Amino acid sequence: MRIPLSWLREFAQVPAGATAEDVMAELVKVGFEEEAVHRPTDTLQGPIVVGQVLSLVKEPQSNGKTINWCQVRVVPEGQEQILTGKGIDPSGVQGIVCGAHNFVEGDKVVVTLPGAVLPGDFHISARKTYGHLSAGMIASVRELGIGEDHDGILVLSRIGLDPEIGTDAMELLGLYDQAAEINVTPDRGYAFSIRGVAREYAHATGTAFTDPASKVNAPAALSGGYGVKLNDDAPIYGKPGCDRFVARTVRGVDATRPTPPWMVSRLRLAGIRSISLPVDISNYVMLELGQPNHCYDLDKLAGDIVVRRAAAGEKILTLDGKERALDVEDLLITDDSGAIGIAGVMGGANTEVSDSTTNILVEAAHFDEVSIARARRRHKLPSEASKRFERGVDWQLAGVAAQRVVDLLVELAGGTADEAGTDVGTAPETATIELPASFASERIGIDFSEEQITTCLEDLGAAVEKTADGYRVTAPSWRQDLETKEDLSEEIARLVGYENIPATLPVAPPGRGLTRTQQQKRRVVQALADAGLTEVLSYPFVSKAANDTFGVAEEGAGREALKLANPISEEHGYLRTSVLPGLIEAARRNLSRGFRDLALYEAGLVFLPDGKLGTESIPPLGAKPAPEVLDGLFDGVPDQPLHIAALMCGHDSPAAAGHAPRPWDWADALDAARLVGDVLGVELVVSQGSHQAFHPGRAAQLALRSGEVVGYAGELHPKLLAAHDMPARSVAMELDADAIFDAAADVIVAKHISGFPVATQDVALVVPQDVPADAVLAALREGAGELLEDVALFDVYVGKGIEDGKKSLAFGLRFRATDRTLTADEASEAREAAVAVAAERFGAVQR
Amino acid sequence: MTDTLPGAAIPNPLDEAAITAAVEAAVAAIAAASSLEELKAVRLAHTGEKSPLSLANREIGGLAKEHKAAAGKLMGASRGRVNQALAARTAELEAENDARILIEETVDVTAAPRRRRAGARHPLSTLQDRVADIFVGMGWEIAEGPEVESEWFNFDALNFKPDHPAREMQDTFFVEPPEAHLLMRTHTSPVQVRSMLEREVPIYVLCPGKVFRTDELDATHTPVFHQFEGLAIDKNLSMADLRGTLEHFARQMFGEEASIRLRPNYFPFTEPSAELDIWHPGAKGGPRWIEWGGCGMVNPNVLRAAGIDPEEYSGFAFGMGIERTLMFRNEVSDMRDMIEGDVRFSEHFGMEI
Repeated sequence: MRIPLSWLREFAQVPAGATAEDVMAELVKVGFEEEAVHRPTDTLQGPIVVGQVLSLVKEPQSNGKTINWCQVRVVPEGQEQILTGKGIDPSGVQGIVCGAHNFVEGDKVVVTLPGAVLPGDFHISARKTYGHLSAGMIASVRELGIGEDHDGILVLSRIGLDPEIGTDAMELLGLYDQAAEINVTPDRGYAFSIRGVAREYAHATGTAFTDPASKVNAPAALSGGYGVKLNDDAPIYGKPGCDRFVARTVRGVDATRPTPPWMVSRLRLAGIRSISLPVDISNYVMLELGQPNHCYDLDKLAGDIVVRRAAAGEKILTLDGKERALDVEDLLITDDSGAIGIAGVMGGANTEVSDSTTNILVEAAHFDEVSIARARRRHKLPSEASKRFERGVDWQLAGVAAQRVVDLLVELAGGTADEAGTDVGTAPETATIELPASFASERIGIDFSEEQITTCLEDLGAAVEKTADGYRVTAPSWRQDLETKEDLSEEIARLVGYENIPATLPVAPPGRGLTRTQQQKRRVVQALADAGLTEVLSYPFVSKAANDTFGVAEEGAGREALKLANPISEEHGYLRTSVLPGLIEAARRNLSRGFRDLALYEAGLVFLPDGKLGTESIPPLGAKPAPEVLDGLFDGVPDQPLHIAALMCGHDSPAAAGHAPRPWDWADALDAARLVGDVLGVELVVSQGSHQAFHPGRAAQLALRSGEVVGYAGELHPKLLAAHDMPARSVAMELDADAIFDAAADVIVAKHISGFPVATQDVALVVPQDVPADAVLAALREGAGELLEDVALFDVYVGKGIEDGKKSLAFGLRFRATDRTLTADEASEAREAAVAVAAERFGAVQR
Repeated sequence: MTDTLPGAAIPNPLDEAAITAAVEAAVAAIAAASSLEELKAVRLAHTGEKSPLSLANREIGGLAKEHKAAAGKLMGASRGRVNQALAARTAELEAENDARILIEETVDVTAAPRRRRAGARHPLSTLQDRVADIFVGMGWEIAEGPEVESEWFNFDALNFKPDHPAREMQDTFFVEPPEAHLLMRTHTSPVQVRSMLEREVPIYVLCPGKVFRTDELDATHTPVFHQFEGLAIDKNLSMADLRGTLEHFARQMFGEEASIRLRPNYFPFTEPSAELDIWHPGAKGGPRWIEWGGCGMVNPNVLRAAGIDPEEYSGFAFGMGIERTLMFRNEVSDMRDMIEGDVRFSEHFGMEI
């Protein structure tokens, strides 16, 4: 909301020298945030005066243009030019070259004299042009920054002015005024008006307020006016779409009269363009009082006005020239011809006032917030009117606002008001709020006195009645947002000042610290950073293709992903089922910025729809839903496990003197995955994996002991890397962290540590190429029995001495007993038993 | 060597002057040895079989019985002195030798390669942990929830009326199909509702997490950002408790000089509501008030939605942006740096903020 200061001053005590900034500093105290300052003098400086064109000589130029060489009087005849400076003629007559042709000798115009500055940092000076010394400029509204009209220069008589020569034109045009723009929260519809803001300014400063509504003399009752019927047969939430409609008639108006400059200036500062006198008056009253209203050309109306819901298939041509198909929920203003307006949103084109309009019907009505909000959304028609109606307009205001419009039409447009008028509708019930005596003090933490409470509420305009245990409060008609004792306590705190609230620190009951899962997550995220990886946080928005590539390995039902209804961009229209696409994007960005050795990781949620999606309906607010309804809400939210993924490319460390870095390879990806298992104490069982995103021969599947697959690690598929412009041999891993967290033991049972000596035995086994080393290792472990402490693969050999299609795997076995020193024979026996199982299972032969 | 040995002349083991002269010659030679090699030659010359002292010692056997004791004493003491000097000099030269070897092994440490890359946490993630730790220290618990959420938890349970403009101000991402009433949570407040439904009062929880709004990415906006929201439900909580909690937290985050300011505002889920500003003494460009978040007393309708009786319990809630906190605390001027994943951004912070 933009508040011209001159307007605010009419109703509030704004100090003479106050700036828009000063006003905003006051308003912020009562809850209106500062948005901007609108001040013409920030870009416009005088001397800019009224001048009269004494003579005008048309001089055709060689370039085909004709210029006017004008003598313009800028000081009344017989008076001295008091301005001095370069280019100011002491005679009081300036010679000015002007290219526009919409004025004649004798016209009074706005002259920007040498020394003036116009918007765009345009400095006016005397300069040689077209063979003359042009000492100033005859200005257009556009050059002055007060309009878009560039049909020519501003001739003052055409806007109804005949000021004295030499008058300060900036003063005349209201250009010394300024506006404060504040943000109005959606609960405070009343503050979308000078009336509401002036009242708030008075609250903030503790000064007097004059209600603009009190300055209007509206008749107590109206009758005999234009026929209006309120026929809402489909109220929303039981509230009628229109519960008050005031109509007034003004005849014999001259719609072509110019709008006075003071009104144009205030409208402009408030952000509204001047259109025509009746429309400007309508807007002016809306801004001043907060009551949207509408002027119909009375002679274009056919029969009684009926306010009703739209019929199926009904259409309307709105003021903006668009034909709109109406919805049966739309509330309409209609006459015998059909729809003449979407109530509270936009009027119709057919009954619009025009230059030829002489008789006007003024509408000021009260519409239901929800009805207007829905129509505005359906038709995407945010208007000044709908903005106010949606947030709530003072029911009492319709008669006052209609009278104010009538008064201005009479005063400025030469009309005559009919005695008769229309006022139909039913006042909403005025609810009272019980405020227990100590409630506000307890809720706010300030010990408010009875007087403070009463004064605050009465200042707001509320009626306060003292009861046995507190106050019975009737909120003012413009504060429909005040419904509960909590609302009232906010108002009391706001007017007393939030800065007076003391600070006390409540003590929470003894807590349990982070949960185990929270600790597990922290440990994993930290461990990967400790291991040299860099954490990134990417968006969860991905393409369908990315999900198909990186998501669940098996084709089919599990490959589904959630789609956004309104994504930022179509190529990122889905929610991720894998964290890897974001890592690839981050890697590519780093690569493009010249970083070739990367190790990135991210822990984030993925979105896995599984069957039931959401709920068909939503329970109402303000009440706890029934248990089965709540269960439905919980169950409808799709599974969103935490995934941890890592991506490496290039080398494991920077190249340096005396150090040859190692290229990251598939085993590093596996190591990163195993690190996650290690820090959580969960064994990840590795097997040869198959996932469309990975190299078919270099992917490990990672599973829990239970067999549940929890992720993949290895080298990414070469074709995929090429398609994404990623370096060859980039490696990655991704794990379902939640599944691993769950698998971690609650309590780790201690293991006996034997102090007896170790006996080590090595064994080399020749097995077929396709036998996984891990399987052979498992066989050895199984066969070796209890004496085996550890077994590790230390060499893989293929080549001379080994048959084609076979490989030699060398394992180191460590044996130890818990109760004795092993003999060499015992160790050898255990080794042979281990080899026997491997031989049986894979045909392994000792070398 | 200046003290040349007296050749074949064998000193008499009873001739104290001659023996002393031989000892002194030996000690001088030992002292003069400048390396272990030289010392070895000196040792052979002065304690070897052919050395004067050894030869003199050997003479003792041929002496008259009554002279043997005196000669033995003289020779023992003399050879002891020489051996002692030898041992001392050996130790000295060995130490010098060791030291020299170490000096010779000197490397240019400034040319050391970094063989192990240093990893880094994302500062938003580190900051989130820091915030959580402060509240855990106050006895609060940390609660988390899903990012795709039911509309009820995100709006209705939080007293957003279905047709109220406040609902649209949240710029919500909706999930298809619209009939399922699923959306990307626009704040972490749905976690508050879940917490109230799942826990017994009193409740003191902090809900950090990702939230989503349909803003285009620019220097100050991002469609995905992080919040932390606090919720306290207990008997007799007031706005003074809210202020006290926020002030305590602000001081933990920004130092003892930090303070907060509350300004009236509107949120559907709180009444009264306030905008929260923080006085940042270390702000770039001088100390000033910075908009930090929103807060207020929990609206009774929100308590009712969770089955908590608003006549018996009251509560307060607050919410701040982690990105915003990082921006003014650590002078990050462009939001894009936080989300692009440029390794320089995280690596600059390392493991800390």
